[in-house]
Amino acid sequence: MSKKVVATTSLAGCFGCHMSLLDIDERILDLIELVEFNKSPIDDIKTFTKRCDIGLIEGGCCNTENVHVLKYFRENCDTLIAFGECAIMGGLPAMRNNVDLQECLAEAYLTGPTTRNANPKKIIPNDDEIPQILNRVVPCQEIVKIDYYLPGCPPRADLIWLAVSALVTGNPLELPYEVIKFD
Amino acid sequence: MSETVTLTIDGKDISGIKGETIVQAAKRAGIYIPTLCDFDGVTSPGTCRVCTVKVDGRAAAACKTRVAEGAVVECDTPELNELRKMLIEMLFVEGNHFCPACEKSGNCDLQALAYRFAMMAPRFDYEFPDREIEARPKKLMIDRNRCVLCQRCVQSILTENDEPLFTVSNRGNKAIIEIDVKKADGIDDELAQKAMDICPVGAIIRKRKGFSEPIGTRKYDKTVIGSDIQG
Repeated sequence: MSKKVVATTSLAGCFGCHMSLLDIDERILDLIELVEFNKSPIDDIKTFTKRCDIGLIEGGCCNTENVHVLKYFRENCDTLIAFGECAIMGGLPAMRNNVDLQECLAEAYLTGPTTRNANPKKIIPNDDEIPQILNRVVPCQEIVKIDYYLPGCPPRADLIWLAVSALVTGNPLELPYEVIKFD
Repeated sequence: MSETVTLTIDGKDISGIKGETIVQAAKRAGIYIPTLCDFDGVTSPGTCRVCTVKVDGRAAAACKTRVAEGAVVECDTPELNELRKMLIEMLFVEGNHFCPACEKSGNCDLQALAYRFAMMAPRFDYEFPDREIEARPKKLMIDRNRCVLCQRCVQSILTENDEPLFTVSNRGNKAIIEIDVKKADGIDDELAQKAMDICPVGAIIRKRKGFSEPIGTRKYDKTVIGSDIQG
């Protein structure tokens, strides 16, 4: 049986979910027997080089690049898994959803305590090359179809391991109570 | 001697005392009916509908419906459990429930119900409503982002003169919980703690007391909600 191909990405996340993926400890040796990684920060492959079976998405969409990458994953992966609270509901970045975007940018670049004296020209970065910030942080399932969700901040390593290994091997998935947590 | 009645819940015969609710009778018989707004099993506000069961084929809130002789109650059925899960999901999307940043996480009844029903993500889109925080009282704050308007606090938190500390303002989806700031500054730590504990979510928070329990030792970290009633 050929190995399943897994891709991962971190959108508007903190990489905590990827850290939790690495927290499966020595089971990572079992994992590499089961899967090979394609586009992922883990192996630093930047663009898809083949069709992938599973895409793991960390983080929600806070800018146009996040949306682009998410759609790119949907096009290239058979199964998409949103893992972590940010991918599922926007997470901490979405706490800005009730603050006007101009106000957020002003706080970050003009009036915040660390920037108000460091930005004499009062510039808010707006180069065309820079992804544009969305008006609100959007959960992944509002942009593309998501097949499975693994909640947690971060999702417990056991949850990631149990879910991904069940998906790869086709074995039934039984989740103990302790692995489904939202914090 | 109070009059007893016999009813069945999911095919099991149980006896109830006339005048009590289905939730109370079920609890004594070791049957867990999921509840959220109900806090002492006696004076439920009946606002959340998580306890919805079928009584003789009709949907009814088990925390408000009295036991009756010969009543046939359905509780733990795939249909009702799916409806309950959907209700819980709706509560999650209609507020701003940022569990990772919440002081009540791990001790939250809403979250515990979501765990019990293995909610991986709500099936509805998040609304991200604009809610204001009331932080004026010295001992308490109300984070309305997390409020599910169950009204437990309105019913059970009273000052020394038996006056309510919390009230509801506005109606429908504009309804909010208000606190009497002047009275709130006069309460003792015990009542402040009671207010935080009675809140099933993290809407009422004692100031300077957050995150005191480490992850792993909190109420619902390892224990399923309702397992104290039904193993």
